[in-house]
Amino acid sequence: MKKNLTLLATLALTASPLAAQDLTVTSFGGAYGAAQKEHMIDPFVAETGTNILFEDYGGGIAEMKAQVEAGNIQWDVVDIEVIDLERACAEGYLEVIDQSVLPAGDDGVAAADDFIEDALANECGVGNIVWSVVFAVNTENGPGPQTIAEFFDTEAFPGKRGLRKRPQVNMEWALIADGVAPEDVYETLATEEGQARAFAKLDTIKADIVWYDSWSQAPVLLNDGGAQMVQSANGRIFAAIQDDGAPFQIVWDSHVYDLDVWAIMKGTPNKEKAMEFIQFATRTVPLSGMQDVAYGPTRRSAQALLPESVKQDLPTAHLDVGLKADGIFWADYGETLGEKFNEWLLQ
Amino acid sequence: MTSLDTGLSRADAQNAAREVRKRKVQAFLFVVPLLVFVVLAFVAPIATMLYRSVHNPTVANLVPETLAALSDWSGETLPDDAVLTQFAVDLKRMANDRTSGQIADEINRALPGMSSVVKATARSLRRVDDADLATNGAALLLAANDRWAEPDTWRALKAAGRVYTADYYLTSVDLEHTAGGGIVQRDTQIYKKLYVKTLRMALIITLLTILLGYPLAFYMAHASDGLANFLMVFVLLPFWTSLLVRTTAWIALLQTNGVVNSTLMATGITDAPIEMLYTEFSTIIAMTHILLPFMVLPLYAVMRGIDSSFMRAAISMGSRPLGAWYKIYLPMSLPGLSAGALLVFIISVGYYITPALVGGTDGQMISNIIAFHMRESNNWELAAALGSLLLLLILLLYWLFDRFVGTDNIKLG
Amino acid sequence: MKRFPAYYTFRHIAGHYGLRLFAFLVLIFLMLPILVIMPLSFNAEPFFTFTDGMLALDPDAYSTRWYQEFADDPNWRLAIWNSFAIGIASALIATTLGTLAAVGLSSPWMPYKRLITALLLSPMIVPLIIIAAGMFFFYTRFNLVGTYPGLIIAHAALGVPFVIITVTATLSGFDRSLFIAGLSLGARPVKVFWDVVIPLIRPGVISGGLFAFVTSFDEVVLVLFLAGPEQRTIPRQMFSGLREQINPTILAVATLLVVLSAALLFTLEALRRRSVRMGGSG
Repeated sequence: MKKNLTLLATLALTASPLAAQDLTVTSFGGAYGAAQKEHMIDPFVAETGTNILFEDYGGGIAEMKAQVEAGNIQWDVVDIEVIDLERACAEGYLEVIDQSVLPAGDDGVAAADDFIEDALANECGVGNIVWSVVFAVNTENGPGPQTIAEFFDTEAFPGKRGLRKRPQVNMEWALIADGVAPEDVYETLATEEGQARAFAKLDTIKADIVWYDSWSQAPVLLNDGGAQMVQSANGRIFAAIQDDGAPFQIVWDSHVYDLDVWAIMKGTPNKEKAMEFIQFATRTVPLSGMQDVAYGPTRRSAQALLPESVKQDLPTAHLDVGLKADGIFWADYGETLGEKFNEWLLQ
Repeated sequence: MTSLDTGLSRADAQNAAREVRKRKVQAFLFVVPLLVFVVLAFVAPIATMLYRSVHNPTVANLVPETLAALSDWSGETLPDDAVLTQFAVDLKRMANDRTSGQIADEINRALPGMSSVVKATARSLRRVDDADLATNGAALLLAANDRWAEPDTWRALKAAGRVYTADYYLTSVDLEHTAGGGIVQRDTQIYKKLYVKTLRMALIITLLTILLGYPLAFYMAHASDGLANFLMVFVLLPFWTSLLVRTTAWIALLQTNGVVNSTLMATGITDAPIEMLYTEFSTIIAMTHILLPFMVLPLYAVMRGIDSSFMRAAISMGSRPLGAWYKIYLPMSLPGLSAGALLVFIISVGYYITPALVGGTDGQMISNIIAFHMRESNNWELAAALGSLLLLLILLLYWLFDRFVGTDNIKLG
Repeated sequence: MKRFPAYYTFRHIAGHYGLRLFAFLVLIFLMLPILVIMPLSFNAEPFFTFTDGMLALDPDAYSTRWYQEFADDPNWRLAIWNSFAIGIASALIATTLGTLAAVGLSSPWMPYKRLITALLLSPMIVPLIIIAAGMFFFYTRFNLVGTYPGLIIAHAALGVPFVIITVTATLSGFDRSLFIAGLSLGARPVKVFWDVVIPLIRPGVISGGLFAFVTSFDEVVLVLFLAGPEQRTIPRQMFSGLREQINPTILAVATLLVVLSAALLFTLEALRRRSVRMGGSG
């Protein structure tokens, strides 16, 4: 009987219906994840026969840090915001990528010239999309705020505000709403007074904030009435309007634009496979597929493939009213402000 | 005791003793495999966590030379240039090894705000060549940021360099060391409040389960067997249903456009939806629902054994029902009540999943902050210290439980 | 109509019905949330709310699309497989070791009985978050984090107390003289154990094993800390779904899980009755 039990246990463990995964790719899920699956993951699987486990995460560097510090690497390739990239790279959670092996664009232009400058600015990542943090309003209940100052005006625009639970972007917005010129925002945030000023401004709407953890929650909150206005990655709102006909409006005022890159976890045993995937995913055609969720491709050759009608929905059409996210600032201040932010949340 | 007293020969006594020992060993041998398993799989991890709460060698491993140079430093004034230069050299090495982030985090824990100073300095030192750094390290460091000129900074580094420290326990009760070596309250008080809030919420949940569970158990215990067995299904089915399922159900019920709000609005009780999800209220109501069976089951088991004719007799003699209940029934049902109450209280003090999913920011309990430091701020030592305090609290409650109720009395379903 | 004793006044009777009403309200509170999710899982829209069409019982407002999505999603399929594999493996370990230990613990000769029992039952009392943190620190050293064996061992430790409790309960009704008789007839203790003891306590062992299985099957905190992406389980999948993207697929899964727990409940009840019939106290 005992032998039978052991046998059963062994069988249960070895008879997995799924072959071991060759590569774990981690990204942000939702509409964006679906677009990546369609244009990057599935074609790669079809071409190479690699088994890919496509995992969601909520962003930030904590999970990478935990894996590296515990010496237990679970992910291979990760989609990371540039606002977090500098920090993750400087702290040793990512592999340095040899950018010279990236293939030329489909029009024959070498990768170094084909990628926009920012896309290869960090040695740990290869640019994937240009995207933006915007806010969006549900127009079902009448017009909402149209500027970031109005977003912070709870008297003129009552209702819940959905914000992603982290200091990044929220502190920038608080300062801009408080009258700091966009070009001075990061300089101000580097000072104690500037930080206090940002928290004081956030205090004025604290009671009306609904915090969420992951980008995919933003359109859900707006949809189910959990919030009247939400901070969101622009593509999520775009997809909700486009695919589900949701009554949402994207407000571009003071949007914080950024890049997302593909990066490789430090110490992964599958580094070669991971590099193979990144080379594939950042080719011209897969990149141009990100227009499905209104994200701009990071290759000029892919931008050329976009129809004119799409371009006005991309962050690149609104750079004049936007602020560029500063990855270096957040590499230095991410920990300090993260801690202050959490203490502020719990007060 | 002599053999004469018992009528046993010495040899008999020895045989009996040997037999007893043999049986003891035999019984013990049955337990050994599990004991070894539980010690390795469960006790050792807990011990590791306790150790981790006082042991942190990160900084000592990263900058041993700087710490050795700091060991003679008085702590009153700025350390001498040799120390500063050594640290500048270390910092450049760490920037290149990509370990400067680790030391920045560790110093930041001793002196909040230092993380950005360390990281920005490390970034600027990366570009300096080694020879220059070895001679001018101190000056370069001081030029990079004013904070390097403050003794506080170096005290923080020295403190972070201690391999064994009770600092994480201080932090977990909102205290900190001062420059002079005293202990004061931290500016931001978080954890004590959170422990109190956790205990308060656990108490409210326990009281609610008593309020709802006692009458139900009473009714079921004195109903006919068939009815009681039938009703028991409605207690056991939720009990056996996945915790995640029940939490999901409460999200569906309480969300802004959820079932409860739609009903309230359709019946005209309110005009606008009430914010219920992601609050302390939603945490309490969902946890009350989830833990109610833990109250009803032990109460029912005890009440089933109480002869209700005592109560009837008292009532027939003119006692008021509530009076009779208080004087006669309540004392007899007390074992079930205390078992249920302690069980619910112990479980709710350490609850994590439900507050994490429906609690928003004000429904968070101590377990959630431990998870936060494990998974988001990556301050594993602080998580371990907070966890150790929670463990102490639970063991105290477990000891009370064992003393007043007895672990033998834990019954399932 | 129930007949009340003659000395009951109107207030006694009102109290009686009041109690009955209250008890039924509490039972509704217990059951309603579980019942509500069932129709919601057949929502044709991607929301957690009843649509007007659903309330009007319009057949078009209902659909099985979320069940289809659940069945088609490779992540869910992996999660189902993992949940059963990890649950069965950890329950087998917990049941084997736990049954042996329960036999030892119910011997009147067992030394340090109270202390050892308290230790073996403690995984049930220590908050999961503490266990998870400790295991994360400790298992990391042996490269067990992100592996099946790591998760199985962790869940087995959680299941142990339930096996001990159910099997000791059965053993307390077990006539030890049968064991002695077997031995006195010259059989080896191991043989007596398998041939005499096990068949008698089997209901307790099986229900302990089921408890251990359900503990693992329902557990999410340890999974969050110790599992890698390949070991995702059903509760883990639900947890991240609820945090990230609420859609009725989760309700479809929840409905299926309620059906599963109802089946388990009736199995356990049948076992308990059988155990009672055989003289144990179950």
